[in-house]
Amino acid sequence: MESWRNNRFLFWLLTLPGAFWLALFFVAPLSVLWVYSFGAKSGITDIEITGTALNYLRALDPVYFQIMWKSLWISAIATFVCLVLAYPIAFAICFAPTRWKPVLLLITILPFWINLLIRTYALMAVFRTNGFVNQTLGGAWNFFDGLFTGGSFPYQPLQLLYNDGSVIAGLVYVYLPFMVLPLYATIERLDKSYLEASLDLGASQFRTLMSVTVPLTMPGIISGVLLVFIPCLGAFLTPALLGGANAIMIGNVIEAQFKSANDWPFGAALSFILIYATFGALALRWVLTRKSQGEGA
Amino acid sequence: MTTFTPRYRPDRRNFLKATGIIAAGLTFLPRGALAEEEKKLNFYNWDTYIGENTLAQFQEASGIETKLDIFADTSELFAKLKGGNPGYDVIVPSGSWVQRMVGANMLMELDHSKIPNIANVDPAFMNPVFDQGRKHSLPYMWGTVGIGYRKSKIEGTPDSWKYFFGDSPYSGQISMLGDARNVIGAALKFLGYSLNSVNPDELKKAEELLIAHKKNIKVFAPDNGQDLLASGEVVIAQEWNGDILQVMGEDDDIGYVLPSEGGQVWEDTLAIAAGAPHPNNAHAFINFLLDAKVGAEIAEFIQYGSPNAAAKKLTTPEYQNNPAIFPTAEALAKCEPEAYLGEEGQKLFEEAWTRIQAA
Repeated sequence: MESWRNNRFLFWLLTLPGAFWLALFFVAPLSVLWVYSFGAKSGITDIEITGTALNYLRALDPVYFQIMWKSLWISAIATFVCLVLAYPIAFAICFAPTRWKPVLLLITILPFWINLLIRTYALMAVFRTNGFVNQTLGGAWNFFDGLFTGGSFPYQPLQLLYNDGSVIAGLVYVYLPFMVLPLYATIERLDKSYLEASLDLGASQFRTLMSVTVPLTMPGIISGVLLVFIPCLGAFLTPALLGGANAIMIGNVIEAQFKSANDWPFGAALSFILIYATFGALALRWVLTRKSQGEGA
Repeated sequence: MTTFTPRYRPDRRNFLKATGIIAAGLTFLPRGALAEEEKKLNFYNWDTYIGENTLAQFQEASGIETKLDIFADTSELFAKLKGGNPGYDVIVPSGSWVQRMVGANMLMELDHSKIPNIANVDPAFMNPVFDQGRKHSLPYMWGTVGIGYRKSKIEGTPDSWKYFFGDSPYSGQISMLGDARNVIGAALKFLGYSLNSVNPDELKKAEELLIAHKKNIKVFAPDNGQDLLASGEVVIAQEWNGDILQVMGEDDDIGYVLPSEGGQVWEDTLAIAAGAPHPNNAHAFINFLLDAKVGAEIAEFIQYGSPNAAAKKLTTPEYQNNPAIFPTAEALAKCEPEAYLGEEGQKLFEEAWTRIQAA
């Protein structure tokens, strides 16, 4: 590939629109928010930028720590479930007949065509007490119950909605494609002869997976994990709709500061704590990919 | 149900008003292009909170085209207008928020002379705590926050907050609203305090009560308690009376009751956002909504209590005698309107609310 230094004019010409977009819609609003995070409310709608660190200190209150911690582990579980589900899916797409690949990829991204809110409401219809899962299970249960015991053990609907499990299920459902796509991209590029060599040399399927496939697809795994983990960390719609009485995640606290609590400086500080955590994760990714590329080369 | 005959031509009063508006525009607006307001209006309202054909009727009567935009709660309305009015004319803030918004100069003062239908409003609504003299808002609908329940699953009538904050036999099958003021307010009422209390001890007790009985609560439902009740997800729900009434219409097994300790009595208002691009149209629209016939039609359709005395007279006896819309004076006496507590007071509630949810 030609180095960008050989054609500086073209490079800048092509970079400019994207850079402009990022500056206008990403850097500028975030800067305003960052400045807000050092402000204090001086009236109902007025914010005075005093350079105070009080908003950040207030975020050290144990209750926010507790919520942050809960957000972390909910996101971690959701990301792990996504990875476990997406890996075989990505593999299946890669090893599918060529003419099926576009169709399978299309099916993977099909949910994006439907609004997140509508998909979440659809999940509620599936999981609720009189939802599709309970109807199906209840129908089967009552059939066999009627067959063997004459209906003496009526079906007790499972409480599937409004708990941490339903939040995790909702997050996995929404973010699964973000895991499948980067995994697919790396597995597709994987030289299949390595796998054959491993199997020919006597390694089991599992050993091949763990010692050859996983290390070689590590960049895709890391990308996928980040693409799922970071939005999960900031999720507020899913816990608000699918979560129970203690489903609150840090995204919900931030949302409340900008709405009902009307405390933008504190909301801004909480947002930035989340952003710093994200930067930390990205830095980690950089270190990890460098390491795995170093091994690969 | 009363029927409404569409008016295809503006009646005499509207015609006079229209000419008056044009004249006023010519007199006071030196910018020639703006002499006459364009025939448009931006209306920012709650969902399902207007009659089926009201906006079309307004267009027929006045020629003004109304664009409806929807918010889910007043905090959303407030956040959207906070950074400057993005172009809304008529908005529908709840009572306590009117006070907050007036404090932040977010509402335009109303010109009562442009709203002759004010005469239709029940005088009892003309001097509320949050807007004395009705300078910035006029009443649209009122109601209560109480308890919706599934009759077949409950023994007797759950007419107390003790079903929420005691050893409830319905533990885990109860939903509450999803905001600080309503949840903590209910606990305060149960303890015998005012739901507007900012006394730290009383708030602390309410917070502890809620945390101790949190296992009773299945979910804090922001705006769908009635759906949870209708779908069988919960058997008791703290909800706005109008929301419960909408599902009561489809399901006889659902009831609504005010708790014996008292609940909240609320009012939603019609106001004009500061910086509204079409203030004259906005006044005309508010006047139209306060019309007896129009008001009656809206109230019967959305099943909320109308503060419009003239409109109420035109409604059916079923509506007028519905105890879920118009509770007894005795039950109502124990209810309280929500007041704006100042930014510090609101913060006390919000912080307690975060702790309750995280517990």
